[in-house]
Amino acid sequence: MNNKSLLRFSLLVGASLTTAVALAQQGDVERGEAAAATCTACHQADGSGMHVPGGESWPRLAGLNADYIVKQLHDFKEGRRQSASMMAFANMLDDQQIADVAAYYSQLEMTPGQGGDEAEEALLARGQQLAERGDWNAYIVSCQSCHGSGGTGVGSDFPGIASQHAGYISAQLTAWKNETRSNDPQNLMGAIAKRMSDDDIQAVSAWYATQPAPAAQESAQ
Amino acid sequence: MMNLRRPLVLALTGCSLAVGAGISIYATNAFAQPEERADAALDMLVHEPPTMEDLENSNLHPELKKVIRYGHDLFTNTQQLRDEYVYNDMNCSSCHLGEGRVPFSAPVWAAAITLPDFRGKNQHVNNLEERIAGCFAYSMNGVPPEYGSDEMLALSAYHQWLATGAPMYPDKPIYGRGFPAPDEPEQSPDYARGEAAYQANCAICHQADGSGHYENGEYVFPPPWGDGSNNWGAGIARVETMAGFIYQNMPLGQPRSLSDQDAWDIAYYVSSQERPQDPRYTGDVAETLELFGPTFHDRSLYGQTREHDGHVLGDHDNYGEKGDIQPWNVGMPRFENLADE
Repeated sequence: MNNKSLLRFSLLVGASLTTAVALAQQGDVERGEAAAATCTACHQADGSGMHVPGGESWPRLAGLNADYIVKQLHDFKEGRRQSASMMAFANMLDDQQIADVAAYYSQLEMTPGQGGDEAEEALLARGQQLAERGDWNAYIVSCQSCHGSGGTGVGSDFPGIASQHAGYISAQLTAWKNETRSNDPQNLMGAIAKRMSDDDIQAVSAWYATQPAPAAQESAQ
Repeated sequence: MMNLRRPLVLALTGCSLAVGAGISIYATNAFAQPEERADAALDMLVHEPPTMEDLENSNLHPELKKVIRYGHDLFTNTQQLRDEYVYNDMNCSSCHLGEGRVPFSAPVWAAAITLPDFRGKNQHVNNLEERIAGCFAYSMNGVPPEYGSDEMLALSAYHQWLATGAPMYPDKPIYGRGFPAPDEPEQSPDYARGEAAYQANCAICHQADGSGHYENGEYVFPPPWGDGSNNWGAGIARVETMAGFIYQNMPLGQPRSLSDQDAWDIAYYVSSQERPQDPRYTGDVAETLELFGPTFHDRSLYGQTREHDGHVLGDHDNYGEKGDIQPWNVGMPRFENLADE
């Protein structure tokens, strides 16, 4: 191994150790519930958030992967993810409280996504196509190839998007497209969002908002 | 160390680089109209296969549409054949991205217009079904459905339909065929550099140990090595093919974003890991290498000794999940009664 790659490898090991330490911090659900008092104004007491037409939608946090929430809160705090309002709130939480609120929200029962019900059939059909098969003519890979079948999320890096609010999903995809959000690993989301048209973004956002949470999917089967 | 015999691949790589190599050009419209393409002058066959929406809008017989849809479904969710014909964690579309349509991701319609043809790997003339059967025996570490079976017919129909409008036995090279390898790297591919590059670029999806990623019991990211991956006899076990796959397609959504060196190093690292035994194994790795070296394994690391730990790759009798089941198509004699010319 030459010096340059050795350095790169050490940086990599260092980075993963740091991440591992941050993630290893045990969250406590009860403490998290108390610390989350400051979150409920927007994210609601049940973690359902809210689709706000024409405004800034607040994402559903209930049932999201805890490590994903931890990373996002740290990213807000440390400026890797831009949001004036969330930076202020994330700054109120110390590392332990971040782990606690993440543990709290992750164990709440998922709530339905909002903002997709009035979408037209053709838009939903396009959304389903992008979600399940992508549009390779535009080199848009399917959402499910990373977010998992049904968009229910894969590990802590690929969050669940089924049953998320349309306004939130579309705002995030647009932010990636415009490079105002870039805290995804290896630009995996950014590269794809840049190839999506505004209609594509509306379509997948509406589609996933109408998709049931995993628990509901199971009971429906 | 590696014998890189790839004249065709080299020619295609040259052409694809001449396109202007713009990831943006390539990625924003993989199938740009020929008149808009810089490579039109290179006189290649550029084919844009139909989409599943085109199928619905076509005038094909409704029964044929059903069969093509089934073929597409088998191709993109081959795991539905698990434990019957498939004994690893792969789908056809794990390697043939974009439903087998996308250039530089071994688009499968090419097989439909170039076969039957002589195939170096098994030294006889193969048709489309036999070619697909090979994928089951090696890439899926399984056993092929019978020739003429519903599954085989549906998969063939899907391949052939994707070739709609393309000329049979074309006299021009096919644009985007196979997994064209990147240019020769400046430094020989290296295991340790490959490991670092794999961990930095690939592990987030395929995992540090190459086991891939299952979520809620469902396959998401395929394993690049180990029991869940293709066996030693699969085309992608060859270093150049893996380097081409990686360079042209990975990380997902970012084709040609890795350097030539990274692609070769990662390919070398991945190709230096264990996977299920080649179904052509005679019981002796050196003998198997001698038999199938000239037609295949000279381009893989099968039978080679791994430098850092002395392990001889492929020196084992682990066939993966399929155990001692033998794919019926491997070694099947053909055209024995035709006289030599």
